[in-house]
Amino acid sequence: MDARITLIVNGQKTTVVTDPERPLLEVLREDLGVTGPKYGCGEGRCGACTVLMDGQRALSCSTPVGSANDKEITTIEGLADGDRLHPVQQAFLDEGAIQCGYCTPGMILSAVALLEENPRPTDEQIVEWMNGNICRCNGYEKILNAVRRAASQVKEVKRS
Amino acid sequence: MIEDTLEMAESPRPDTVKLSRRSFVQLLGTGLLITVTEGVTLGQGRRGGGGRSIAVAARIHINKDGTISVMTGKVEEGQGPRAQLSQAAAEELRVGVDRIRLIMSDTGLVPDDGITAGSRTTPSTVPAVRQGAATARKLLTDLAAKRWKVDPSTLTVSDGSIRNKAIDKTITYADLANSADVEEAFTQSVSSDIALTPVDEWKTMGTSVPRPNSRDIVTGAHKYPSDIVRPNMLYGKILRAPSYGATLESIDLSRAQAMKDVLVVRDGQFVGCAAPSAHTARLALEAVAATASWKTVPQVSSREVHAHLKRNSRGGRPRTKGSVEKAMSDSKKVLSETYEVAYVQHTPMEPRAAVAEWEDGKLTVWTGVDGPQRNQQSLASALGVPSDRVRVIVPDMGGGFGGKHTGEAAEEAARLARAFGRPVAVHWTRAEEFTWAYCRPAAVIECKGGLDAKGSIVAWDFASINPGGSAIDTPYSIPNTSILSAGSDSPLRQGSYRCLGATANNFAREAFMDELAAAAGADPLAFRLAHLENTRIRNVLEAVAKHFDWPRRRRQTTTDVGVGLACGTEKNSVVAACVQVRIDRRRARIKVEHVCEAFECGPIQNPANLLSQVQGCITMGLGPALHEQLQFADGKILNASFAGYLVPRFKDLPTLDIHLMNRTDIPSAGGGETPIIAIAPAIANAVFAATGKRVRSMPMEDALRRVV
Ligand code: FES
Ligand code: FES
Repeated sequence: MDARITLIVNGQKTTVVTDPERPLLEVLREDLGVTGPKYGCGEGRCGACTVLMDGQRALSCSTPVGSANDKEITTIEGLADGDRLHPVQQAFLDEGAIQCGYCTPGMILSAVALLEENPRPTDEQIVEWMNGNICRCNGYEKILNAVRRAASQVKEVKRS
Repeated sequence: MIEDTLEMAESPRPDTVKLSRRSFVQLLGTGLLITVTEGVTLGQGRRGGGGRSIAVAARIHINKDGTISVMTGKVEEGQGPRAQLSQAAAEELRVGVDRIRLIMSDTGLVPDDGITAGSRTTPSTVPAVRQGAATARKLLTDLAAKRWKVDPSTLTVSDGSIRNKAIDKTITYADLANSADVEEAFTQSVSSDIALTPVDEWKTMGTSVPRPNSRDIVTGAHKYPSDIVRPNMLYGKILRAPSYGATLESIDLSRAQAMKDVLVVRDGQFVGCAAPSAHTARLALEAVAATASWKTVPQVSSREVHAHLKRNSRGGRPRTKGSVEKAMSDSKKVLSETYEVAYVQHTPMEPRAAVAEWEDGKLTVWTGVDGPQRNQQSLASALGVPSDRVRVIVPDMGGGFGGKHTGEAAEEAARLARAFGRPVAVHWTRAEEFTWAYCRPAAVIECKGGLDAKGSIVAWDFASINPGGSAIDTPYSIPNTSILSAGSDSPLRQGSYRCLGATANNFAREAFMDELAAAAGADPLAFRLAHLENTRIRNVLEAVAKHFDWPRRRRQTTTDVGVGLACGTEKNSVVAACVQVRIDRRRARIKVEHVCEAFECGPIQNPANLLSQVQGCITMGLGPALHEQLQFADGKILNASFAGYLVPRFKDLPTLDIHLMNRTDIPSAGGGETPIIAIAPAIANAVFAATGKRVRSMPMEDALRRVV
């Protein structure tokens, strides 16, 4: 049975009428044209579909859209402030932490969620937190550097 | 199910795409490309730029706004050709790299540079693009000289401007682009003997230019093949057999046909559904799949696969030098061991994906494949249409690693789109990618070696079954050798993977070298060097041993911590690695703690990108070395998911100490593959150092479980 579901995606309120069991990932991509979140496994094991839901990290492939009703969803498209990139996005550019880039949106959003929760993560904490995100180009070294760099910048921003 | 190994199997063929000015204007917007003359024939270059030459216009367009469009058939799947080829063009055109607009992998627009594989971009396409750009620069300079009625040699070019010092005047490429002369001039062929900028004068090449579209990646703006949407598009799902080799006997489509908004088609064994959402298409497919009856055939399982491959070994004749038989019998010591490698999948982060659209009998597909022109041909023949009615566009895609040479999703989408008269997207699931994409061949490799009284190898017999012949020759100096690459009856569909069979062959060879060293009572490093004349390999091996502090670390070996080394060469580059592992005997775990690797591929064209490639190769190599393997029985993959098939994650990342050696007196070779081949044998050798046990099969944690 279709249901009426309200989503606030990157600050914009939209309503969809659809099967509430559909994965949030597919509704974002197919119905709303928000293709930043990627499909990598569809079963919560790769992190490519990572979004923020009310500021918390969520795997949109394993989130039925019905459970996202009235929630604020942030995807990679909603992270920058106009032309100004989020520090984590900037850090990925500065470190060149991109190969094919398909894992990148999920990596960035995971890192954003981490730094929101813990602005001063240790290396072990970063690795522990990010371990659900797979990069098949195996660019982990540079991604780790990017998260470290972003952490130091987020700290500075918070201090100033 | 059985498919010949796809190793660079492409054969040269002339591709001719006639493009009129009108088609360019339609495709790229008025005024963007100005140098195309009516009927310029594009795409007649051979792959990688060797062979027949192409018109400059097929490679380079000077745009009115001062930017320069450069066309290439190479695809970007994360290994860096977009930056590298932009640098190549910028270097020879004498412009900043930000002026280059690289148009990649669209059969309607670009020449055929061959499939993106085999580390060929660096040695073949970079020179082809440089020649095109250098020829364009020369033609533009000649035009300026004609205007000023001076000798072209009196003019200098920098930053896209041609300068006449004598009269203190400059003219830009963009100025010239507004004249008809350029159109005319660019119909000339790219000169293959034009002088290219020497390495010591490189300004753009040799620097760490970032991927030009990286901002679009971090903002989510870039559209991957699976992100492409066309008006009125449906999502398609394809019926898959329950096991390899099964044939469909009957199926009832009516349940799906009765579903709202669902379209269903059957054409022999091909059954597919499409709907406005993937979810509905999936439900429809499930409904028809439930009614299908199948005839299955017996299939080999992963438990018995190595015995099967060995039993069915076929073809190939050994290449011999000296007399191995005699040398073996004269040897003081003879060792003989067998090594095995499991089937693994590429699992690029983006599974196969395509959108197909038919218009007036012409097909356009957007898909993620390594060879757009090759895919154009295969689509044309599969669909029974002339290839000039098929256009293949490959947006920068989400990884390949040798696994996307074939265009299954494109063909499936094209069939559905034709049946339903609407654009259709087909996105493979992860399980489909695990099950129906081709995989890296398993291998059985039999090694036999003879040592003389001084501990030198005098006889070498190497028989490699199924992985293919890459890096099969020993780089060591041995007087009597016999080397065989044999095929077999592969139960799984197999094909290319990053560095092909070189990983399997180098694993066996370098692990066996370690066994011979131990039998000779020699240090593994000294033993290799004693047999190694190739100075490039010696250089990386000596460098890595020094950086790793091999002698000291080797002395510190304990029963839990061991070190190992390995080296190798393939695709005209050389690599050596030292690793340190920690063994958890109780859980049969091998933790790779530290990897030191030295790599040399001639003059480095983009250091940051090369570093990414080497890091990626090492880390990717850990997977099949330690735990990746496809398990299968009764024609089914039993671990077709990241839950049961363990790829490297953050926690597996060792400390990496990478040394890129820049050697400028030889041509550049590609660097995206060979760095993978040293890691597995170095680990095997380190496991032995710690445990005294040899692990002779990949993945090694499985092998360790059997011996400890
Ligand atoms: S696609 Fe959601 S975790 Fe893999
Ligand atoms: S950059 Fe390709 S998957 Fe991470």
